[in-house]
Amino acid sequence: MTTELPAITKSIDARGMACPGPLMSLIGAIRAGAVGEAFEVLSSDAGSRTDIPAWVAKAKHEMVAVVDEQGYARFVVRKAH
Amino acid sequence: MEPPMEGNDSLSLVLFSGTDDKLAAAAILAAGAAMMGRRVNVFLQYWALDSFRKEHIHRDHGAVPEAGAEGARLVERSEKKQSWSDVLIQAKDVGEVKIAACAKSMEMFGITKDDLDPIVDEVAGVAAFMAEATGPITFI
Repeated sequence: MTTELPAITKSIDARGMACPGPLMSLIGAIRAGAVGEAFEVLSSDAGSRTDIPAWVAKAKHEMVAVVDEQGYARFVVRKAH
Repeated sequence: MEPPMEGNDSLSLVLFSGTDDKLAAAAILAAGAAMMGRRVNVFLQYWALDSFRKEHIHRDHGAVPEAGAEGARLVERSEKKQSWSDVLIQAKDVGEVKIAACAKSMEMFGITKDDLDPIVDEVAGVAAFMAEATGPITFI
């Protein structure tokens, strides 16, 4: 099944990175980005499944999609402010 | 810079043990708290402080006895991939993390601020740490 995803401003390949690396990379990209831009992070770390949505909710950005891929997950986040 | 996140307590960690497993666990807690917008205060005493010395920080500091030889090898492998000092640097990068060295432990080792890795922000007495450590204190 294909999910309709927005245009990605920056994609971060954090596969193989250990916790908390993938989320750290995402935070850095979002801070450097502009409001409305979408960011994607690929992570094979199991902790990202809970950590990325938890941070996005806390920081009040938008969790656009979590897509399961073979051996990793794809997280798409829109910078909301 | 984003607006600060709301309704966050600070995290106060007192690090006593200097083995890599305990320091790695502490570094992960600090990083998680910093990412979630919590202010983090770290106070280094005894063997933890010893592991933050410039000359010692990148050494293999082993693991607690319960890890056994096999556990110690796992910790060493994990540290080679991502060291606790790197996790702390990331934590400082992403949030507000202050690392202070206990003045009394410094005196015991006969060392000064110059002997410590630059990741340590300051030398402080216990009262100064307590003044900033609002909420519970975690001892590792």
